[in-house]
Amino acid sequence: MSDSTNEAAGERVVALTVNGDSVRRLCPSSRTLLDFLRVDLGLNGSKHGCDVGDCGACTVLVDGIPRLSCITLAVEVEGLAVRTIEGAGPDEARIVAAFDEHVASQCGYCTPGIVLCLSHLYSEDPAADDEAIRQALGSNICRCTGYTKILAAARAASQREASQPAQGGSDE
Amino acid sequence: MSDSENRPGWAVYATHSGEAAEGGVLGRAGPKIDGRARILGAALYTDDLHLPRMVVGKFVRSTQPHARIVSIDVSGALAMPGVVGYAIGSELPQKYGVIPVAQDETAMAIGKVRYIGEAIACIAAVDEETAHRAVRAVKVEYEPLPAVLTIEDALDPSKPHIHEGSRKPSNILRRIFQEYGDIDKGFAAAEVVIEDTYEYPGSTHVPLETHVALANLEPDGKLTLWSSTQNPHYVHRDVAHVLGMREQDIRLIKPTVGAGYGGKCDPFCTDIVAAHLARKLRRPVKITLEREEVFYTHRGRHPTRMWLKMGFAKDGSITAIDFKAWAEGGAYASYGVVTSYYLGVFMPLPYTLENYRFESHRLYTNKPPCGPKRGHGAIQPRLALEMHIDRAAQALGLDPAEMRRANCIAPDTETCNGLKVTSVGMRECIDAVVTASGYHTRRGALGPGRGLGLAASAYMCGALHPVYQNELSQSCVQLKVDRSGEVTLYSGTADCGQGSVHMLAALCAERLGIEPSDVRVIEGDTSLTPVDLGSYSSRVTFMAGNACVSASDKVREKLAAAVAAKLGVEPAALTFNGRRVFVTTAPDRALSFVDAVWLAEEMFGPIGEVGGYKPHKIGSRFRRQSVGPSPAYSFTAQVAEVSCDLETGIVVVDKIWVAHDCGRAINRTIVEGQIEGCVYMGVGEALFEEQRYRGGLHAVPSLLEYKIPTVHETPEIETFIVETHDPNGPFGAKEAGEGPQLSTVPAIANALHDATGIWFTRPPFTPEVVLAEISRAARAAAQRPPESS
Repeated sequence: MSDSTNEAAGERVVALTVNGDSVRRLCPSSRTLLDFLRVDLGLNGSKHGCDVGDCGACTVLVDGIPRLSCITLAVEVEGLAVRTIEGAGPDEARIVAAFDEHVASQCGYCTPGIVLCLSHLYSEDPAADDEAIRQALGSNICRCTGYTKILAAARAASQREASQPAQGGSDE
Repeated sequence: MSDSENRPGWAVYATHSGEAAEGGVLGRAGPKIDGRARILGAALYTDDLHLPRMVVGKFVRSTQPHARIVSIDVSGALAMPGVVGYAIGSELPQKYGVIPVAQDETAMAIGKVRYIGEAIACIAAVDEETAHRAVRAVKVEYEPLPAVLTIEDALDPSKPHIHEGSRKPSNILRRIFQEYGDIDKGFAAAEVVIEDTYEYPGSTHVPLETHVALANLEPDGKLTLWSSTQNPHYVHRDVAHVLGMREQDIRLIKPTVGAGYGGKCDPFCTDIVAAHLARKLRRPVKITLEREEVFYTHRGRHPTRMWLKMGFAKDGSITAIDFKAWAEGGAYASYGVVTSYYLGVFMPLPYTLENYRFESHRLYTNKPPCGPKRGHGAIQPRLALEMHIDRAAQALGLDPAEMRRANCIAPDTETCNGLKVTSVGMRECIDAVVTASGYHTRRGALGPGRGLGLAASAYMCGALHPVYQNELSQSCVQLKVDRSGEVTLYSGTADCGQGSVHMLAALCAERLGIEPSDVRVIEGDTSLTPVDLGSYSSRVTFMAGNACVSASDKVREKLAAAVAAKLGVEPAALTFNGRRVFVTTAPDRALSFVDAVWLAEEMFGPIGEVGGYKPHKIGSRFRRQSVGPSPAYSFTAQVAEVSCDLETGIVVVDKIWVAHDCGRAINRTIVEGQIEGCVYMGVGEALFEEQRYRGGLHAVPSLLEYKIPTVHETPEIETFIVETHDPNGPFGAKEAGEGPQLSTVPAIANALHDATGIWFTRPPFTPEVVLAEISRAARAAAQRPPESS
């Protein structure tokens, strides 16, 4: 158990790992993980889109699993490892490059959440197929792209694409 | 061509040979210069900005559709710890609005409310949670008034005026009537006359970033306002107007914007009240709308009732169009006067037409205000017109594709209502999608419940006449050339994700023979960037692009003069490419771009240039035709393939083939993305989206209830770019961000007819609607005597 302070005022010390760094902060028990990241830590890459878990713009990885940070309390992830888009590293390099090349990000508001969902997908299934990609992105709303360029980028980032012959075209 | 450009599904149908891309930048595929900042979450949107001592504002909103405000009691809120101040409507009495003839809005309601969700007061507190609790403690007493909730209500003279003082007999904001040619003669010449009514629902934009404003009063009394707007210039004007400040004392900055689709075109209460409270409280104030509030803020598609009568000759040519529309606009005008024109003025495109009459009405009701949504005003009538064409083709025994093809207007045409059309790629668009989809062999042959449908459309590239009539440039671009070789480009445009920052950098780089990434674009800051009217009416590529080419050409001229003198050749003998300036016929005789800048600076002094664009004068035969004419028009055709489950009524769009004449693709991937985004939004309007109400109360104000397509409902989209090289566009470019949406819904409706034999005249085509129509058709068929045997 973590040390709790000032419980009467509804405040708690939250200790967790964010993008590999140990973090300890006193914050209200009611603070969402999204606001904890944005307000307390200045990590603005995770976005408010709806605040009720409908849109996916706030998605972060908690112990490697996608989680909607707008409907998660900071105190719920005590002791766990959180990764945000600011922590994108070698694991995401292929995804980021493919999103750039395919202009899969228009306004960009949904993109960090989508990149993290794909990062999780490829960590479990590096050669994910189209159906797996669609399943992985089913709870992320993009209102700009019609998903076409996102799917193209996700395909390009999958090892499946790399393992198949470059020419001869896809069955698209 | 690089490998990335040669991927499957890509095709260019060039119809005119234009000038070659000297700089090697035009027509590329691939990344935009600001892509990685957005992908990696590093781009700063307005809500990402924090200032010391900043407080947040939250609105108290109306619970009544139409009521007098008897009293507003904020004392309970002000007594709460952490609450620092408030504002109410009467503090900001100045009316405003982008359209000068229809300024009927105040920042917050004064004296009465006109829709559920209208802002009444704003409470400022130290954080969101406190502001939330404080808003609940504000007591508003209402005296309800009869509400005006439907088109019938709005036309009923016995109903109260939503805006007192109106001289109109009922709640009509604007009626437009225009007539061209001889309607009666046209119908007399018709072999077939098709007449029907259509109902197009209201829908909303849903940008993922909600509306946000942050204001700060500087020690010198000047104000800085950061706003998630598509139109920095208009927000700048109206905030100054309402606050009674000089425009020069307000700096309006547009940070990165999380999309708009037309939903962030108006100046909003967020902008004005944040600015007002920052002055009143002498603390920075940020107001971030919640998702539910965005549904009330709205400014989306007008629900529109339409009556359309069209005459067709035996060969399928259109002999006359008579059209009436009633658009329900909600409680305020917004861009509604423009809507009333756009409902009618584009109907004579893209088919030859001599005889045309339209009458449109834009009405007030006690609902959130409608305004400009992607394809503004032109989406609704396009459904009716393109369905009528398929119905006429059926009646005349003609092929719908051939019928459209045969009647396309020619390039360099003036329509019957005075639109001067330059480049036209309509036939190439139709050919591309008809061929790729197998339309001729597969339509009518897919079996029960499956079908193909075609539709075509045209759209504008910016308004010929500015909102405020003047002789000034509608877009301006300023360039500063550094000795390092970096070019800084200043523009008042607002990239909302459509890629206009990259578009400007690419055009500049093309003219100067450098890379787009060598150009740093500073946009949307009224103290730094010259005026651009904003991201609406599909104007940015055409107008800001032309301003950018103009400024770039002036820089190029100086560099060319300096290099030519050094190398002893004429300036015209030089090529700018690959960060070099060289003699075209002897590429070894070259200077680097940086050296060229040094030489030019030695010759001319510091290098900086400005360019402006206003459309060339296009005399119209019709004086009244001030809204609608554009310097160029884009064209689109698309084929939809649908499956309709006849048992459940569930409609699935399996695939869309879309071809769009964008004039010239400055960056092909970005153009494809715009076209695909349009199709996506059209699929949403066809199948799911409707801003529904129970009485005056929004029935679906959340992303869970307001259904929009996810990755699972979005069809495969195959995109074709048609390039016609418009004579007046920057390097021939036109628009791609709105036009492609016009033909999506009618293509799906026509495909549904192929699948079911039923003309569905009221989107969205939900299972309830589809099943009801199928069973009605079945009942009607059962009552008819058998056709044969």
